[in-house]
Amino acid sequence: MNTMVTGAAAFLGRFEGLRERLPGGRTPWVAQLRADAAESFRAQGLPGRRIEAWHYTDLGVLAQLGFTEALTLADEAPALPPARAAHRAVFVDGRFAPALSQLPAGATPLSQALDDMEGRLGALAQNLPIVALNTMLFEDGLVLDVPAGVDAGEVELLSFATHAGRAIAFHPRHLIRLGAGARLTLIDTSLGEAEATYLHNPVYEIAVAEGATLSHIRIQREGRSGFQLSTVLAAVQAGGTYDNFTLNAGGRLVRNEIHVALQGPKAACHMNGAQLVAEGQHADTTTFLDHAAPDCPSRQTYKTVLAGRSRGVFQGKILVRQAAQRTDGYQMNQALLLSDDAEINAKPQLEIYADDVKCSHGATVGALDEAQLFYLRARGIPAATARAMLVEAFLTEAIEGVTNPLAQEALSEAISGWWQKEAV
Amino acid sequence: MLKIENLTAEIDGKQILKGITLEVPAGEVHAIMGPNGSGKSTLSYVLSGREGYEITGGSVTFNGIDLLAMEPEERAAAGVFLAFQYPVELPGVGNANFLRTALNAIRRARGEAEVDAMQFLKLSRAKIKALQMSEDMLKRNVNVGFSGGEKKRNEVLQMALLEPKLAILDETDSGLDIDALKIVADGVNAMRGPAFSALVITHYQRLLDHITPDRVHVLMGGRIVKTGGPELALELEAEGYAKVAA
Amino acid sequence: MPAVAETIETVQSAQEGGYKFGFETKIEMEFAPKGLNEDIVRFISAKKGEPEWLLEWRLKAYAMWLKMEEPDWAAVSYPKFDYQDAYYYAAPKNRVAPKSLDEVDPELLRTYEKLGIPLREQERLQGIAVDAVFDSVSVATSYKERLGKEGIIFCSISEAVHTHPELVKQYLGSVVPQGDNYFACLNSAVFTDGSFVYIPKGVRCPMELSTYFRINAQNTGQFERTLIIAEAGSHVSYLEGCTAPQRDENQMHAAVVELVAMDDATIKYSTVQNWYPGDAEGKGGIYNFVTKRGACRGARSKISWTQVETGSAITWKYPSCILQGDDSVGEFYSVAITNNRQQADTGTKMWHIGKNTRSTIVSKGISAGHGQNTYRGLVKISPKATGARNFTQCDSLLIGDQCGAHTVPYIENRCATAKVEHEATTSRIAEDQLFYCRARGLNQEEAVGLIVNGFCREVLKELPMEFAVEAQKLLAISLEGSVG
Repeated sequence: MNTMVTGAAAFLGRFEGLRERLPGGRTPWVAQLRADAAESFRAQGLPGRRIEAWHYTDLGVLAQLGFTEALTLADEAPALPPARAAHRAVFVDGRFAPALSQLPAGATPLSQALDDMEGRLGALAQNLPIVALNTMLFEDGLVLDVPAGVDAGEVELLSFATHAGRAIAFHPRHLIRLGAGARLTLIDTSLGEAEATYLHNPVYEIAVAEGATLSHIRIQREGRSGFQLSTVLAAVQAGGTYDNFTLNAGGRLVRNEIHVALQGPKAACHMNGAQLVAEGQHADTTTFLDHAAPDCPSRQTYKTVLAGRSRGVFQGKILVRQAAQRTDGYQMNQALLLSDDAEINAKPQLEIYADDVKCSHGATVGALDEAQLFYLRARGIPAATARAMLVEAFLTEAIEGVTNPLAQEALSEAISGWWQKEAV
Repeated sequence: MLKIENLTAEIDGKQILKGITLEVPAGEVHAIMGPNGSGKSTLSYVLSGREGYEITGGSVTFNGIDLLAMEPEERAAAGVFLAFQYPVELPGVGNANFLRTALNAIRRARGEAEVDAMQFLKLSRAKIKALQMSEDMLKRNVNVGFSGGEKKRNEVLQMALLEPKLAILDETDSGLDIDALKIVADGVNAMRGPAFSALVITHYQRLLDHITPDRVHVLMGGRIVKTGGPELALELEAEGYAKVAA
Repeated sequence: MPAVAETIETVQSAQEGGYKFGFETKIEMEFAPKGLNEDIVRFISAKKGEPEWLLEWRLKAYAMWLKMEEPDWAAVSYPKFDYQDAYYYAAPKNRVAPKSLDEVDPELLRTYEKLGIPLREQERLQGIAVDAVFDSVSVATSYKERLGKEGIIFCSISEAVHTHPELVKQYLGSVVPQGDNYFACLNSAVFTDGSFVYIPKGVRCPMELSTYFRINAQNTGQFERTLIIAEAGSHVSYLEGCTAPQRDENQMHAAVVELVAMDDATIKYSTVQNWYPGDAEGKGGIYNFVTKRGACRGARSKISWTQVETGSAITWKYPSCILQGDDSVGEFYSVAITNNRQQADTGTKMWHIGKNTRSTIVSKGISAGHGQNTYRGLVKISPKATGARNFTQCDSLLIGDQCGAHTVPYIENRCATAKVEHEATTSRIAEDQLFYCRARGLNQEEAVGLIVNGFCREVLKELPMEFAVEAQKLLAISLEGSVG
């Protein structure tokens, strides 16, 4: 019988086999970075449930698959949704697709810009196994620089996974940097074909300089057999703002980790998100907000809606370091269970070492309110519509922070698309 | 229009309605008065189809159709309107959106054309003006942060928009000051006509000063113990339930 | 505690500041040889003349413990405790079980008087029955006869092993099994004494029951075990207090408390924990690793935990409720203070299994000096716990910029009709609050004490009145030197 190599061993095996041929394989600093990452990944493996941070997300299913590299030709054009913004960077199975993209000024595919990324690639990386996996195997990604004082408007980042007939994995590395006072709205969508089995493992390293504002809207609509393990690593300098909105609506098992460090005074962060989880899905949002400088406000609102036999996870940690006096941190996570077979696990967390702070978090879990449902129905609204209205209302608080019209549009399309498919 | 025959109902195995028989002809306003715990609210919830109440016997027909077999929204579409004793708050749901969705759902069920946002705005503004309310009400979330009086006014606004055939007012007067009470009463009175009936459920007589009922029924211990004209309400106020019912 | 107010002041004035209960009682003691092995387990069991089944039970626990690892997930750090360098049995010498208080060593009675716990019934202001545990053994239980008339059993667990073996055998380990966790397992092997309470069907216990724990001897671990059984329709309120002398080395305290409440029964369990916290530099102090758990076995039963944790160098403690019975209720009210180098990782677990079960968690953490204070709690709703409700409120207060306050709640819900609400805040005492108090004539420390007491109000009001007074004073004492 043919024994397939699976899990961590399969990734390590691929690295050993490919290491010379991976981008930068012969560039010493890249080779060293990858070798170190491989060492770290070898030591840690795919995280198991015994690791506190992974207690609620079991990668067992993923570990049983042996992922191989994608063999897609980048100019094979899949049926992509029409572009929303003037600029779009498209990656098909993790590789830059020039024919499908209209790059803005300051944007380059990582595969072409790698030589210039010494000291920048990996600068924000932490010793996390999923990030190490990416560093070990990344092939491409988007490098986007918005110079100081420039408003770059909206840029779309689109990842599309095709059906390869076997399990494939891709590990894009995106490096985004905003100079002082720069502005950018990044509409970042992940899509995949319904039958495709794949792992999308993007890592974002995001640097927001003094007074700059990055609004990052992530819309995750991976195919229903797809896996996404993503890690956002962002550092925000004085007076800068990083806003992240993540919609988790697709995939079989998805984990979004968002790490934001507020490193200069009056840096700000708004992290919001919605998870729409239906039959057979597992969605995990894990946030880590590091208040390292004084006078920084942070706001988080996450909403999870669960239908069918599904599982949702929210973990959110706010760390306030001793230097971060006058921190104003708030976090709310709420879950709505629409089915008897759904499960929600939540772990909000505060770790505080400064005394002049105002930090709070809240969590609620519940079903649709029967009194509200009856009230709507007593006014003639059919039960299904009434439920949809209440779910939409439930999501409002998380979504209302997204103010860019293009992003709003993308978001409401994704949400109503989910509702029509999964309505219960 | 509404015909209740020997209706019995229970909650959690406890019998609350013990055989109610009542008929409200088209164009009439009937009052149901009774002390606390007599089954007044249960009756209104059973008529509007709230879950958790088990109908153990009897029948309710609305214009000849079996009301009890219908879903709450079907009853609303058929023209039954319950003004809630405690209107429910719907955070995140805009009042205008709510009202238009309800109006269109009912219109659709009746085979009427839906109204678009502009038409709705025009229609609702007219009703709001007629009821001397603030237009602000449309912009807020349904009942969220509304005072007790505002909530009741919102109920009346909904009734005016949805134009029911039968309105059930469940203790709509509780917690209202005299001005709000008048707005509610004016709202109901404005709708009175040969095709509109109402069942006004109340503990006190004071709402009936403003909405004169055609008939008054006394509900005690889950049964109608006495029926009379408007003068019965005054009698109850003066002498108390125990004496009148005896 | 009765006459607590005066006692605290007396003790306070007798001390040179710092910990108020740091005196040692000079009394002749009998020790088991130092260290831990199977023979020590046998020694303890033999000393107590235990039946064979209990020895077997202990040995089984000891075998399990050898294979376990000390947990490291709590947010506390401490040098590894040398389990072989401690005594597991220490008892006042020449002790025959006292038949009455007249037979109790007068030196011991004086110790408890000094602590504010006069054991002599005639001296007592309130009717509170006390079981006093001195190092490893119960030295006195008061009001036994009166309680006996109601059919209530209140005695040391060693005594219960002999007088009510069937009850002990049935319930011991039924809520906290031997292998539950490292410290509970150790306790199961070497527990020396503790209290036993049995409230018969339909009986409302006419007075507060209380145990006072005192670690006195050097290098001694205290491993007490408490078992409370409330039969259908019964009601009991139980108080627990603890102190220890001031010593440079760390002492281990690993207790297990098991509560069982049947249909319609209520158990209220209150603790004021004031073990020696160590000095300002973190030298000495008690390692307090305690497993407390209650099982609401019956429908409509209720278990309520209230704790005021001011002492110990390290507190590791999660009084929990297993809500098995339909409509059963679990409550956890906690105040935890860490000052100087104290570390506390405390909270609760509410496990909803029965239908319409309800739980309430109110936790107030106060960090001062270099103290680290963590709330860690789990609310778990099983698929069958339809209509379950939980409300959690977790507030942290920071005094000074060298301390830490942490909140780690876990919510695991598998039931669509359950409703869980959690709220947590962290803040410091507002300058304007302090100024307002001082403008009204309070000094800085009084003002802090007043505000802290206000912050803890929701929890303190759950304590029986006599305890509440003591707790309020303790809060103020524990925070001494934290402002300035």
